[in-house]
Amino acid sequence: MTTTDRDLEAPDLTTVNMGPSHPAMHGTIHIKVGLEGELIRKAEVNIGYLHRGFEKEAEAHSWQQIFPYTDRLNYVSPMLNNVGYALAVEKLLGITAPERAQYLRVIVGEIARICDHLTYMAAQTMEMGAFTPYFYVMKGRDWLWDLLEEISGARLTHSYVRIGGVAWDLPEGFKEKTLELLPRIDTVVVELDKLMTRNRIFLDRMQNIAVISAEEAVSYGWTGPCLRGSGVDYDVRKTHPYLVYDRMDFEIPIGTDGDNMDRYLVRMEEMRQSARIIRQALEQIPPGPVCTDDKLVVIPRKAATYNTIEEMINHFKLVIDGIRPPVGEVYSYTEAGNGELGFYLVSDGTGRPVKCRVRPPCFMGMAALERMITGHMVADVIPTFDTINMIGGECDR
Amino acid sequence: MSKQVLDRLCQRFPEAVLETHGFRGDETAVVRREEIGAIVRWLRDEPGLEMSMLTDMTAVDFLQQGHDPRFEVVYHLFSVPHKHRLRLKVQVPEQDIQVPSLAGLYKIADWLEREIWDMYGIRFKGHPNLKRILLYEEFVGHPLRKDYPKDRRQPLVRRPENEIAEVLARRGKARSLPTPGGAR
Repeated sequence: MTTTDRDLEAPDLTTVNMGPSHPAMHGTIHIKVGLEGELIRKAEVNIGYLHRGFEKEAEAHSWQQIFPYTDRLNYVSPMLNNVGYALAVEKLLGITAPERAQYLRVIVGEIARICDHLTYMAAQTMEMGAFTPYFYVMKGRDWLWDLLEEISGARLTHSYVRIGGVAWDLPEGFKEKTLELLPRIDTVVVELDKLMTRNRIFLDRMQNIAVISAEEAVSYGWTGPCLRGSGVDYDVRKTHPYLVYDRMDFEIPIGTDGDNMDRYLVRMEEMRQSARIIRQALEQIPPGPVCTDDKLVVIPRKAATYNTIEEMINHFKLVIDGIRPPVGEVYSYTEAGNGELGFYLVSDGTGRPVKCRVRPPCFMGMAALERMITGHMVADVIPTFDTINMIGGECDR
Repeated sequence: MSKQVLDRLCQRFPEAVLETHGFRGDETAVVRREEIGAIVRWLRDEPGLEMSMLTDMTAVDFLQQGHDPRFEVVYHLFSVPHKHRLRLKVQVPEQDIQVPSLAGLYKIADWLEREIWDMYGIRFKGHPNLKRILLYEEFVGHPLRKDYPKDRRQPLVRRPENEIAEVLARRGKARSLPTPGGAR
């Protein structure tokens, strides 16, 4: 149901603007609510405050140059965006990355997923007034960022994945460091669990608030933890296994009620499952190259570029013209922190995309927010908004 | 699996399906614009197909490729119970730039159609609240159209040029200034 401005300003309702810049909102978003006392009778959600024209920029760049832009989509799990975009271009090209690169993508992707969910937990608890768990959780995320920094050189905007593989291999001692860190992350999760999950105030504000049925969630196009919270068994990693997820042993948590609590609990369990996947991937990872050697896709090594004329020309062509995929269109989808991150790419055979569409999973969550908060109290807006885990960069692109 | 869905679609709507193709495992049907509502409703409700999720919806501008009609609206459907996917496309000419709305079939179509309107200026007939979503109401034009320059700026808050000149003149600094936010 959509409301218009006029409805919101009905004489019997008090109009309150929350956002676009509001101390209790993480992210710039405008929620206009029509209140009767403390009850929300009407609501209107406005997004777009972080729109930077991702798709327009992408159309003016070569296929490789888009990676830094994907870092800035869901900026709490940039690695997952890197992986999603790389897989989409590889599908268009009809190539696959070497096995070791696939394992590396799984490892960095799952570390990013834990970061994503930890950020959600931090925001969820802090915005409900519990500031201490925020610091506990952020500490864990910082440790994980240290790991990602060691791999990619950057804490946030990694751009580590390449078309055809990844940029370089793991640093020395990475496996040991990760295996040593995972139990510490688990301690953080347990700490948070003990503090929040049975907390009376927390439960009162999470249980039976903003209930979305499975049918409704599907109609809203929900995916990821929100959809699974509503009891629908759909995770791209299980339903359409990509990379090497079919070799991993992990479980998909499913909620029962579709309320705020379920969306929280699903994410809580997913962090543990991600840690399981990382352990298995580190165990199974084979030696070998980390990037394909397809000359039409991968920029040659500097030494070769400077010393042979063929590689010099190849380097020049790849930088100036870019990769030239065949004419065609693909839709590729991966499981990102918030759900199905899709890329719809259209190529006309030149070095620039005709279309590079991102399907942002949290956009679908935001579309349902009006419906979720209508009929609840004004204090329910913030916890409900948090469970969607809207990331402005992804939602507004 | 998706191929079977495509075959059933062609059997059920032989006149409405204009063209089909498969590329890298993605099955696509280009269908007649007027029939999109009926086709999607059938795909959603038909037992065995049940394409219950409109995963994504977007548009493409083929101005530089010289296609006629210029625009395409692209639908990505997914069946949650059966896990198959299908891409539908409708062609939209520039002279008659509208498509029937799916807002009555899928709840997410409301926002997705607003985004396409915002970015491409394609109208959705029957949409309950077709207004801009990512940009502001005062924005002029539709930025993802290929003839919209990438570097054009449209700051929302700006003062009239003569007002700025007046202020500067009063301060003894009258000189030709660049227009706020570029050439326009």
